Amino acid sequence: MTLFDEIARHYNYWVTILLMVAGLYIVVAKSNMIKRLLGLSVFQTSVYLLYLSPGKILGGTPPILAPGYAVYSNPLPHVLILTAIVVGVATLALGLALAVRINEAFGSIEEDEIVPVIDREDHSA
Amino acid sequence: MSVEHHAFHVTEHLPALAAVVPLIGAVAAALVRNGVAAWLVAVAVAWSLPVISILMLGQVEASGPISYALGGWAPPAGIEFRVDQANAYLAILVSVMAAVVLTGAPRSIADEIEPANRAWYYAVFLLCLCGLMGMIVTGDAFNVFVFMEISSLATYVLIAMGRDRRALLASYQYLIIGTVGATFYVIGVGLLLAMTGTLNLVDLAASLPEVEATRPLIAAAAFIVVGLGLKLALFPMHLWLPNAYAYAPSTASAFLASTATKVAVYLLLRFAFSVFGIDFMLANTPAGVMLMTLAALAMIAGSLSAIFQTNVKRMLAYSSVSQIGYIILGIAMVSETGLTGGISHLFNHALIKGCLFLAVASAVFATGAVRIEDMAGLGRTMPITMGAFVIAGLGLIGVPGTAGFVSKWYLIQGAAEQGMWWIVAVIVVSSLMAVVYVGRIVEVAWFRAPAQRAPREAPIELVAATVALAAAVLVFGLNTDFSAGVAADAARILIEGYAR
Amino acid sequence: MRLDTILRVIAKIFIPFILMFGLYVQLHGDYGPGGGFQAGVIVAAGIILYAIIYGIAAAQRAVPPGLVEVMMPLGVAIFAGVGIAGFVTGRNFLDYSNLMHGDMVHGQHWGVFLVEIGVLVTVSSTMLAIFYAFAGRGRE
Repeated sequence: MTLFDEIARHYNYWVTILLMVAGLYIVVAKSNMIKRLLGLSVFQTSVYLLYLSPGKILGGTPPILAPGYAVYSNPLPHVLILTAIVVGVATLALGLALAVRINEAFGSIEEDEIVPVIDREDHSA
Repeated sequence: MSVEHHAFHVTEHLPALAAVVPLIGAVAAALVRNGVAAWLVAVAVAWSLPVISILMLGQVEASGPISYALGGWAPPAGIEFRVDQANAYLAILVSVMAAVVLTGAPRSIADEIEPANRAWYYAVFLLCLCGLMGMIVTGDAFNVFVFMEISSLATYVLIAMGRDRRALLASYQYLIIGTVGATFYVIGVGLLLAMTGTLNLVDLAASLPEVEATRPLIAAAAFIVVGLGLKLALFPMHLWLPNAYAYAPSTASAFLASTATKVAVYLLLRFAFSVFGIDFMLANTPAGVMLMTLAALAMIAGSLSAIFQTNVKRMLAYSSVSQIGYIILGIAMVSETGLTGGISHLFNHALIKGCLFLAVASAVFATGAVRIEDMAGLGRTMPITMGAFVIAGLGLIGVPGTAGFVSKWYLIQGAAEQGMWWIVAVIVVSSLMAVVYVGRIVEVAWFRAPAQRAPREAPIELVAATVALAAAVLVFGLNTDFSAGVAADAARILIEGYAR
Repeated sequence: MRLDTILRVIAKIFIPFILMFGLYVQLHGDYGPGGGFQAGVIVAAGIILYAIIYGIAAAQRAVPPGLVEVMMPLGVAIFAGVGIAGFVTGRNFLDYSNLMHGDMVHGQHWGVFLVEIGVLVTVSSTMLAIFYAFAGRGRE
């Protein structure tokens, strides 16, 4: 088997890894708070894919009982990921709300600009 | 189709109640929308939980681990709440700390939180408690994640309610790091699910040996350890903690410092010892050496940073980083003595740090400031509060007669058993550094003249809560049978793992 | 956007259908894909569309923020209440098979129906609360 086949056969995992690393990179490398939250969402999205792709069974039908169909996809990952999506939405909403409040309090959402302000406050108060 | 009727017995539903009661309390606190009424709800709920936890422990002692099938769906398919000695003890600790802090909180909260937000503060506090209790009682790996996020989201809100604008950035940074940590954890759980097809912790423990040490399994262990390491603020993943504790409302700092990281430590223990099994961890991952090195670094670096802080809450937060190092150190020794030391330090540190943060909450209430210089002369104007601070501070240092001594004694013994004398040296050096940073406050509070304007007295309930915790520090320091006995039980349960 | 006739008319026609579709997704969740979470988002989307077209003040007259703040915990209370009904009928938490006096199929049916109602109430109100919190900022 060639390397290409090896990659192509597991393309879902490669996409997962790409999203995971890209998301984490944005979280670590960016200073803009909104961009970091978006990176966090991309990072979380990779987990959804990680859970869902092994749940799909080739040739399997949706997991609804019906005569003539014996192979079903696994419904458990979908239920888990629905929960994870809700958690992700809640986290994103809270993060954005904090970013809005930070913008009101400091006049900026760039961490590079806010941290020096906070350092000055720490030394004076 | 008819179903036979059973009478309703509260004692059959204790594990579910441990998570459901604070949830309902949160709903009630949000619905009453009045600070005082919400506080009454919160206190009633918070004191019912230690009762539930103690009853659970009694059942576990009498008839073995409790397994509770949520929704009537039998494990491993359904979600199982599973309580044994280890998590029953932790449930008692967390619920008692929540109850004590909430009892002492109302006037400090009224001082620090705007009237419109007070009921929400108690609702979110109870939601956080619901998440923590859920993480403790649940026996399902994904359910742990759900409760972890409930408690984490509530924690971010609690921190952001601090009156300083810097609290917002602290909360934001914790949100980013905390979410990355939780996502790491859930990646690990996803790999476990893909390899075994189960999420039930007992079932996972039983089916992992069949999978053996394949690469996804090792990756899962790594993701879970790092994810929980972020949550429990293990050096160098602690960067969120100092600012979060420094700028959160004082009572929230007291609650979080004594509970949130402890629950993450418990989960680390659960996964390392019960689910993966310690043989797997030591044979396939560098967890032993890695955790021990990081713990030693945490003890030194945390104490060193604490010495140079000017904000007393941030000083205590850095001290927490170093104390978490002690706990992890005991775990990394992988011996019964070391684990006993680590777990008893987990309990003792919760009491000590809870007491210190509550004393600081009193000082903040009295002076309105959190700089160490602002505490000048408080020993004379608030002798009871600062007396409690000194007792807990001595516990932090590990002076004989206080709870901190017992756990450090076990840790030193554990290190000596394995001939690791450099660890003994690290413990001694870190304790000496604790003398310096606790001593700074004692010096300022007792040996400097009070500021011009006389500070107002701290409210009686806050002083009472602080004194109660200080008394506990002394009681558990003198009555070593109890605290060390509890920890030894928990250590034994964890080392045995789930019955295979 | 308040003066844009086309948008206003289209929105006025569409919003009742969006809300109705939300209810359909909610109630049909018994038999097919659907349920409280999706329905809650659809219902909230209908009201948010109204707020975008007619202004946030009009939307807050229709669905006051005070109501939204009560609905959020209320939905959780409905959910938890069904769970506790499991206790009271002698079953485990959230086990509603005994809810209808021993009729297991009806008990399960009603149990999950009520849970989904709770989810609908909380999700729709939370979505609206998030929208109000963001949209109401920076205009005072």
